[in-house]
Parts: sequence; C-alpha cells; structure tokens
Amino acid sequence: MAGLATSLGAGAASNSLEQIKDADVLFIFGSNTTEGHPIVSLHVNNAIRNGARIIVGDPRRIDLVKFSDVWLNLKPGSNIALLNGLIHIILKEGLQNNEFIGSRTEGFDDLKEAVKKYTPEYTEKITGVSIDRLEKAARLYAKADKAMILYGLGVTEHRTGTENAMAIANLALACGHLGRPSTGIMALRGQNNVQGASDMGPSPAVCTGYQYVSKPEVREKFERAWGVAFPTTTGLKSVEMFDKAVEGTFKGLFVMGADTAQTDANLNHIWKAFDALEFFVVCDLFHTHTTRFADVILPGASFAEKDGTFTNGERRVQRIRKAIEPLCGKAEWQVLQEISTRMGYEMKYSHPSQIMDEIASLTPNYGGISYERIEKQGIQWPCPTKDHPGTTTLYEQQFNRPGGKALFVSLEHIGSGEIPDAEYPYVLITGRRLEHYNNGSMTRRVRGIMELAPEELIEINLADAKKLNIANGEMVRVSSRRGQINVKVNVTERSQAGNVFLAFHYDDALSNLLTSGYRDSIAGTPEYKSCAVRIDKL
Amino acid sequence: MTTAIMEDTITLTINGKAVTSESGKTVLQVCRENGIYVPTLCYDERLEAYGGCRLCIVEIKGQVRPLSSCTTPIREGMEVTTESDRITRLRKTVLELLLSNHPNDCMFCDKAGSCALQELVYRYGVRYDKYYGEMWNLPKKDDNPFISYDPNKCVLCSRCVNICQNVVMKGTIDMTGRGFYSKPDTAFSKPLTPDICVFCGQCVSTCPDAALTEKQAMGKGRVGSVDRVRTTCTYCGTGCNFYLNVNNGKIVKVTSDYEAPVNRGNLCVKGRFGYDFIQHPDRLTKPLIRREGVDDTSPEVLKNPMAVFREAEWDEALDLVASKFAELKAKYGNDSVGGFSSSRCTNEENYLLAKWVRAALGTNNVDNCARV
Repeated sequence: MAGLATSLGAGAASNSLEQIKDADVLFIFGSNTTEGHPIVSLHVNNAIRNGARIIVGDPRRIDLVKFSDVWLNLKPGSNIALLNGLIHIILKEGLQNNEFIGSRTEGFDDLKEAVKKYTPEYTEKITGVSIDRLEKAARLYAKADKAMILYGLGVTEHRTGTENAMAIANLALACGHLGRPSTGIMALRGQNNVQGASDMGPSPAVCTGYQYVSKPEVREKFERAWGVAFPTTTGLKSVEMFDKAVEGTFKGLFVMGADTAQTDANLNHIWKAFDALEFFVVCDLFHTHTTRFADVILPGASFAEKDGTFTNGERRVQRIRKAIEPLCGKAEWQVLQEISTRMGYEMKYSHPSQIMDEIASLTPNYGGISYERIEKQGIQWPCPTKDHPGTTTLYEQQFNRPGGKALFVSLEHIGSGEIPDAEYPYVLITGRRLEHYNNGSMTRRVRGIMELAPEELIEINLADAKKLNIANGEMVRVSSRRGQINVKVNVTERSQAGNVFLAFHYDDALSNLLTSGYRDSIAGTPEYKSCAVRIDKL
Repeated sequence: MTTAIMEDTITLTINGKAVTSESGKTVLQVCRENGIYVPTLCYDERLEAYGGCRLCIVEIKGQVRPLSSCTTPIREGMEVTTESDRITRLRKTVLELLLSNHPNDCMFCDKAGSCALQELVYRYGVRYDKYYGEMWNLPKKDDNPFISYDPNKCVLCSRCVNICQNVVMKGTIDMTGRGFYSKPDTAFSKPLTPDICVFCGQCVSTCPDAALTEKQAMGKGRVGSVDRVRTTCTYCGTGCNFYLNVNNGKIVKVTSDYEAPVNRGNLCVKGRFGYDFIQHPDRLTKPLIRREGVDDTSPEVLKNPMAVFREAEWDEALDLVASKFAELKAKYGNDSVGGFSSSRCTNEENYLLAKWVRAALGTNNVDNCARV
C-alpha cells in the first residue's frame, strides 16, 4: 500500500481485473493466484488462452508455473535483489522506455546507480535464480507491448514489504508499463475489503481517502462535518497499541471482526498484549482465539445479514445486501452508533446508505458514489462527482504525485530478518490454501470444505523429507525461536529444498506461533513469508 | 475513431428488421442484443461457441440448410429468419430426441422452474413419448461433498466439459465413451477428489438441466420458492457477485450472477459452496460478558466458553462497553484507548469505527488489519 503510494501516488491496483486477459505478458509475483484468488486466475487463464506469456516469481512451484515461460524460483526475502537484477539487465540491453522515463518519472539516475551492482551473477548469488531465467524474464517483460504485474502477499509480507512494492513500481516504470489498459500493476488483495478498509481511514495517520490528519485543512473539514474537536496527538498503529499494552500504558481496545490472536505473527507477544489490557471488547461471528481474551464479546452480523459496501482489489465499490435478518439482532453499524450515542457523541443513521453519503461528502475519491449509482454495478474509484463514470485505468495522463511524475526509489537488498542457521535450518513460508480462508472460523464451519481439507499439512520437499527420514502423513514438530506446533507432513515438489510451507487456517496448528516478530518498518506488516524453523520427526 | 467504427459496422436483417452491429459477432449474439429469442442449450457466454445442440439454428437467405447461429458470424446484408415452420419442426425433433433418453421426472427435480430443457419443451409444446428406445439407467454419482451428478439427465451439451477445460483449465472432466454411451465423466470414472477437482462448481453453474446440481441444496427449495438476493462475496478481495438463494429465512444455495463485472458468473469453492457458516449453530447470537472473577484466557477457554462468559442483553453489554471506555479515558487519558477494525467489515462499518474512535474516544489510536 504505502509502497505504490510513494512511487505512483495511490496505494491501489492501477487497472481492472478484466484487462488481464488482453495483456501480452503477465508477471505474477508472490501470488499463488490459483488458490489465493481463484477468479483472478480465471482472467489469467483467459490471457494464457489469448497467447500471453507468463513469468512467475515465487519460491514455490505453484500451479501457474505449469503455464509459465519462466519461473523465477527466488529464495524467500530476495525480492529487491531480483527486481534490481531484472532492471539491471533491461538497462544493460537498452530495453528501457526512455521516452516514458524522461517525460513521466523522476529519480531515474539514482536508480541507475543503485542497480549497477546487481549484475546477473550477483543477483543469481542472492536470489538463487539462474542467469538464463533472469535474462529471459527481463527481456520478455521489457519487450512486451502490454505487460501487467500481478503481485500478492508474497511481496508485501516481508520486513521490506513496502520497499518490495516500490521495487515492482521501479521495474514497471523503467519499461513504461503503466497508465494504459492491460498495462500496469495489480496488487491482489487478500481479504474482501482490504481496499475499502484502507480507503475508509481507520488508520492513525489518515482519514478517508488517504487524507492526512497532519494537514490542518483535513482536520478542519472533519471537525466541521463531525462537530467535534479533532484529536491532535499522533495515533498508534496496531502494533504499537499491542506493544504499549504489554508495557502497560495502553488500556482499552475495541476489535471489530479481526482474529489477531490467530492471524498476527509472533502470537505469544499478541497474547501477552491482550492479556495485559484492562478492558477488551471483541466483535465477531464466532468464538476465536481473540475472543478468549475479551471482557465483552459482541456478536457480529455476517455479510448476508446487512446492507453495506465492499471495495474490491480493483477499487470497485460494490453492494452487499441483507438477505436474512441479523442472527444477533443488530448489524455492526448499529452497534457502533449505539455505543457512540451512549458515550455522548450521538449518531443516528437509519440505513448504511446514509453513512455512504457522508463518506462521499468527505472523500474526494468516493465523491460520486451512492447506493443508487452502484445499485446495478459497482463503480471504480476515483469517482469524484455524481456524473463521473469511475476510473478503470489509473495514471493515463499523470501520476498522483506532486508534479504528476512517478518516482523511482533506489533500493538495496536487505533480506529477511531471520535467516536459517544450523539450529533452525529451514525457511518457513506461510500462506493460504484454496479451500480455506484466513483464521478458518468460517470455512472450518463448512462441512464439505472440512471433508476436502480437514487438517493442516506442512509441505516439505522430497530431498528434505529424505534427509529427515520422514514420509508422507507422518507427524513432525515444527519449532522456531518463538514456539512450536505439531503437524502432519505432505512431501511435495511444490516446496523447494530448504523451504517448507504452512497455511494459517487451523486453530489446532497455529503457524503464527512460529512466525517472527520482524515487521515492515513503514507499514508495520509482519514478515509472515519467511522465518527460520527446525523440523523434528515425532 | 468514428470512421473505424463505421468500417467495422455491419447491417443485416433479422426477421425482416434491419439491425446493426460490430463485425466479428455471431448471429446469435446480435439476436440477443436485439432481444430476439433464439433457443440454446449448449451456449454459455463464458464459453466459446460449441454448436452442438442444434437448437439455435436459423435460416439464412442463400443457404440451403439452416445454420447454427452461435457459430455463424454476421455478414453485411445477411437476411436471417429465426423462426419458421421448418426451424420449429427441426427444433422439436431435437427436443423429442433428447426426451427419449431423459427421466422426465420434473415433479421431483430440484431444477424444475430453472431448467433450460424444461423451458424449451414447454415453449415448443413437445411430448416426451414421440420416440421410444433404449434409455440410460446409470448410477448417480455424488461421492463428494458438493457436486451431484445424474448422468441420466445429461443432454450432452458439453458445457461442463468446456468450462472445466477452457475457463478453469483444470480438465477434471471430459467426454467419455462413444455414441449412445458418451457422457461427461472423470478419467476412469473416479470420484471427485481434491487432487483432480478444485470444486469451483463451474460445471454445475453452466449445466442447463439437472445433470449437475448443488448437493447441499437438494430438496431445500426450487426457484419458485426462493428469493434471490444479489450480493458480493465475503471471502477474498476479488469482489465476485452472486445471488444468495433464501428460503424461509435460510440461505439454501448460491447461484451465479452472469452480469457481475468481475466474475461473470464464475465462482470458486468458497464463494459457491462456503456459506454453511452463516447459519452455523456456533454463531454468537447474544452479547457475552466475562464472568466476575474468572480470568482464564488460555486456549482452554475455547473448549467451554460459557464457563468464562455469561449471556447478556444488548443494553447491558453496550452500557458496559460505553461506561468502561469513558472510565478508562477519564482515568488514563484519551490516548490510553483505541479501536481496531478489519478488512472483513464493510466500508460503512470501517468509517463508523474510525469516526467513533476519533469523535467519541477522542484519539487517533485507530487502525485496521489491512497492514497485517
């Protein structure tokens, strides 16, 4: 989010999903699209059938590798080196788009310097990707007329996640692959409303539409609309709230719809934080690891029980509609306004559409959005006015930065916070499986899904399994410096030797007891995609 | 720009009426654009035209035989007739032949009311007893959680095979056998298991009759008795739309929305089949307050939550939440409290949480899980 915002001006996908099918080259990076975003992968299939060439950047041999021209099988945590290496080759061979660089970007000379040392040999050494693959990928991507990069959490869930996203922007900018249909960068959003939750400003530094609370005019606007004095102290990011709770200076927290005690990294720290809170309220559909710390649990309403909107990964604001009455009697918007009113700040909306009207009046990008307009089909922001059709492709004329130019950010390879050693010799990558979803509180309650995918299996390469003398289906203990879990083994070629893979969907195999406390220094995102573990046969 | 469009524009006549459309389109597409009815069984917008069912045949002036409109591109000056005595007779024969090897048990069938075959038979006034011959009596296959397959109802339109091979690109099923014995099936007729099938249910969504149906939805209400509510999926960030089918206050099925801008009727296993959780008995339906003096927060809590929490009415719980936050604010200052919202919640809820924290708690300590 912060990465693309720095480079291009908006922390959002630049194009529409439907444009994927018309791309000539797709670079799919850190996204197991087939499982994580099955319907996006159907658009990729369409592109393949239309003749698109595919580059896959992923440490795992994911399904899409089967359809790829090049598989960049990088070591976890070497994203920046890989992307710098690709840019190095592109510049060496003169494949960059000079006209685009000259007229629409700034900072290119610094970038040129920065990638100098990422020769193919040096890049191969860091990333483990062979020179011929690097060269093939660089040429394929750079020479394409319409190229799109689809990236997922394999890019952002590193301690250099924000920089990784900027490195992707560097690559696209160097080739002029932005600002046209079927040409751009698609950040694939993990959850239904990641884009919307970011857009709506439950965030310490920004209000809706990324309006900085540090700006007096923003604070004044919201003060006028809300009729209260806007708080002036700098807010805490969630990770800071948790840290301060452990320290004892943060006392009360309201969590709505998140199971942080299962899905955040380095769980022991989170558990300690929740334990330390003086008053803890959790609103959820089910009992979760998070609710067990609560003083009050408020039941939530599922998406089928209320009206509202979600904003998808292509910035499209779409309706959800009440199909049945809330099982618990109230939807969250009603709960929040009742609490607020009780605390002396009155809220009296009678329908969520009124909340959207208020959002539209305060948020330039959402200015033209109303329930009436999105009744038939959702609209992609920016949609500033009531007669604006919405925006399918960003940056066609200019970037959303001062001066309208995109920025090359020079980056150095830093690597993962924790690297394997003699004691913890394997790299653990965590992620999703097709059948399940996040903490699994929903999908584990779908009978059929539990028949298909009843338990967690750690994916281990055949060579590693031999070394450890373990066979398919046997139990192992996986331990890191922070915790341990017992889990069954799936011996597979999907994981390369030295890497193992776990999902985080099962509450009896809490892979986040293992993940590290390293975080992206800018966004605060944990390094879910790489930590060191050891594996012992049980 | 205007000239380019002019060059690509074709004018033709359908049933005596002049219509204009873009070159490259088929006669069927142009008929549908203009609201002219042409029956189909093997056609699905998501698929390449297959031309297998022979129901979309039309007369084209200058052509001796009728042509399938789904595979015939439009040409300048073409004169198309979509319904004539000959065409009707041919269509009826196709339907009569299909019914000669079909169970014709619509009264018991889950698809009744939303079945393309039933609709066509009704429209063309076809009887099931025109032809007699050998009939299939094949075992039903539903040895998997989601997809029920009754080959006896298959009309061999190949839509399931085409969608599995060309849209999903999975190739779980294909046409097997020859002639009278051909039917879609898995290799060696193996059961559907996760190693060969992703359970997206695309095959079910495209099946024109009841050969492939949603196993979970069986007997829970046919089209006439359910309300369909269009909504957006709650799982990943793709933003697929679909219809929740509601019968008597219960979600009984998810069906495709072919107008959906992102997914055009396609769905994955979670979107199509992952709705059990909504009305699962584990759902929290009342506010819960931690029992006095019980401070257990260990994973054991999940085994018997009611030992730790007690049920409360909304008023009591909301009063407690409001008064506790007010108390903490007074005691430790506004910045000792905060809120954390989630990508699982709606835009409106995320906005309101931020507004509550900033306006009522008086702090910028508000964040969401998008960063983690």
